[in-house]
Amino acid sequence: MSKLTPVLSAHWDEKDSFTIEAYTRHGGYTASKKALAMDPDAVIQLVKDSGLRGRGGAGFPTGMKWGFIPQGDDKDHYLVVNADESEPGTCKDTPLLMANPHVLIEGCIIACHAIRAKHAFIYIRGEVTHVVRRVNAAIVDAYKAGHLGNGIDVTLHIGAGAYICGEETALLDSLEGFRGQPRLRPPFPAIAGLYARPTVVNNVESISSVPAIINNGAEWYQSMGTEKSKGATLYSLSGHVNNPGQFEAPLGITLREILELAGGVRTGHRLKFWTPGGSSTPLFTDAHLDTPLDYEGVAAAGSMLGTKALQIFDETTCVVRAVLRWTEFYKHESCGKCTPCREGTWWLVQILRDLENGTGTEADLEKLLDLCDNIMGRSFCALGDGATSPITSSIKYFRDEYIAHLTNGACPFDPVKSTLFTGAVN
Amino acid sequence: MTLNNEVMQSIIKRYPRSRSAIMPLLHYVQSVSGYVTNEGIEKISEILDIETAEVSAVATFYTQYKRKPVGEYHVGVCTNTLCAVMGGDAIFSALKDHLDIENDGVTADGKVSLEHIECNAACDYAPVVMANWEFYDNQTVESAKALVDGARAGNPPAPTRGPNRLVTYKEASAVLAGLDDGLAREGLQAGEPTLLGLKLSKEGK
Repeated sequence: MSKLTPVLSAHWDEKDSFTIEAYTRHGGYTASKKALAMDPDAVIQLVKDSGLRGRGGAGFPTGMKWGFIPQGDDKDHYLVVNADESEPGTCKDTPLLMANPHVLIEGCIIACHAIRAKHAFIYIRGEVTHVVRRVNAAIVDAYKAGHLGNGIDVTLHIGAGAYICGEETALLDSLEGFRGQPRLRPPFPAIAGLYARPTVVNNVESISSVPAIINNGAEWYQSMGTEKSKGATLYSLSGHVNNPGQFEAPLGITLREILELAGGVRTGHRLKFWTPGGSSTPLFTDAHLDTPLDYEGVAAAGSMLGTKALQIFDETTCVVRAVLRWTEFYKHESCGKCTPCREGTWWLVQILRDLENGTGTEADLEKLLDLCDNIMGRSFCALGDGATSPITSSIKYFRDEYIAHLTNGACPFDPVKSTLFTGAVN
Repeated sequence: MTLNNEVMQSIIKRYPRSRSAIMPLLHYVQSVSGYVTNEGIEKISEILDIETAEVSAVATFYTQYKRKPVGEYHVGVCTNTLCAVMGGDAIFSALKDHLDIENDGVTADGKVSLEHIECNAACDYAPVVMANWEFYDNQTVESAKALVDGARAGNPPAPTRGPNRLVTYKEASAVLAGLDDGLAREGLQAGEPTLLGLKLSKEGK
């Protein structure tokens, strides 16, 4: 029996999978019909019972989040879908929306009903023109078919290039027409979110998982996954592997199993380090091949499941170069609101550059760790924390490689060897 | 072309509060002028009844809003870690040489501009190049050069996952303002990596 369980991805191989015709052909919009006939609290209970947890990285139980919305408060409620997929390595929501945007629209209808919201916003990153077209067309078609516009509206909001807007409160500020900077919490979005109204912010994959749960029941969803991490999810395999791609599997599958399916690490090479859930999750090595990729398993091994973005790097890759590049990313994307992150990421880059080109000293390693200690837990939001993950974990596993840059007086790696077109570089 | 009041009002109507329309209005300004002009900022401030400084504050926060003209085809090479390691750095360096421009530069003919970009959510297609924010997957130095050469000659290759032709920067900006260009049904629903897990499961693996 296959280890894979395509649900979200079940019909992606049909040429017209993104159209309302294809979605309806496979039972699309029957779950929303069913949910709309249910009591909203019963929908929340069903999602709670399913065990569905947030697929955007944090893994917070989705039904519980919905349950935080105050009821009978006579205020407008909002659903906001976080489609600002930008965490390095993360590439699941974008192909999902390109191949089947209607499952998200249907999920929005169900979630709006459950939390008694009349208006949902989908905040999509601005760097994916064709995905924007597909989602926009899906919304238009859902209105034409009468799924939207009868008490529930969906508005597509398109971002403009800012990783920080994936942070839910920065996203809300951005959606309100401001610079995307995180807000102080409390109050949490469930109490004062968009326009200071009770708001649920959920990831694309979380909301898209809801229609199948409504149709197949909580028990069906519970039957997949592990004790505390229920259901199936999209694992995105990229990097130095023979066959990269999307693998929808029950939570708890291991990298070893996924690599076997993908034909292994690129031929003639071996696994050196990898991220379990994007660049903000501490690095793993070949010692973690059998770590169950669920929320608890990855946490117990010292990292985070995050977005299940499995970025694979083989032995040709310089870990210092990799970490420097991620750190440059965090520096660029730091919104500037808080000092530890704004100043800290700048200094991290300076020191890492010296280390990578061999002009640093061993004392710089301690300085890096000290800086990380001053950023971690002291930043306004998780961006600063995330910036420290690749640094502290790489020093933990590859301190010798940092030292080798210093004794060598330069990076000991040949970057050409890690490209996919070795020998073809001018 | 000038900014159309009706279009701007239709964008504002999407939101319960008008200020939320700043971002799509800025994309709309870029669709008309090719970048965020001072006139565009003034127009938005007038129509939303807020200060120009408030509009500028937003325009300067987000990297997709350009304060000077970019090329008709704006090319972004992903140089975040994974793409960089797998060839993005080599592609970016080769394109700078080939076009004789630096990061954020525009060719003298105004056809192509170049920028190194962050992760664009297509890591299973690395190395990735974007042109007017359309996907060019699994790129090499040669394919990226062919892309910019085609763009300069006025016939760029079609995106690998996108419509049948590469639209211009202004046309793409209109899509990002939420305006329909009728091309949603063109192009692939998914590339091979997207379908890999599904294919394997159908083979019983």
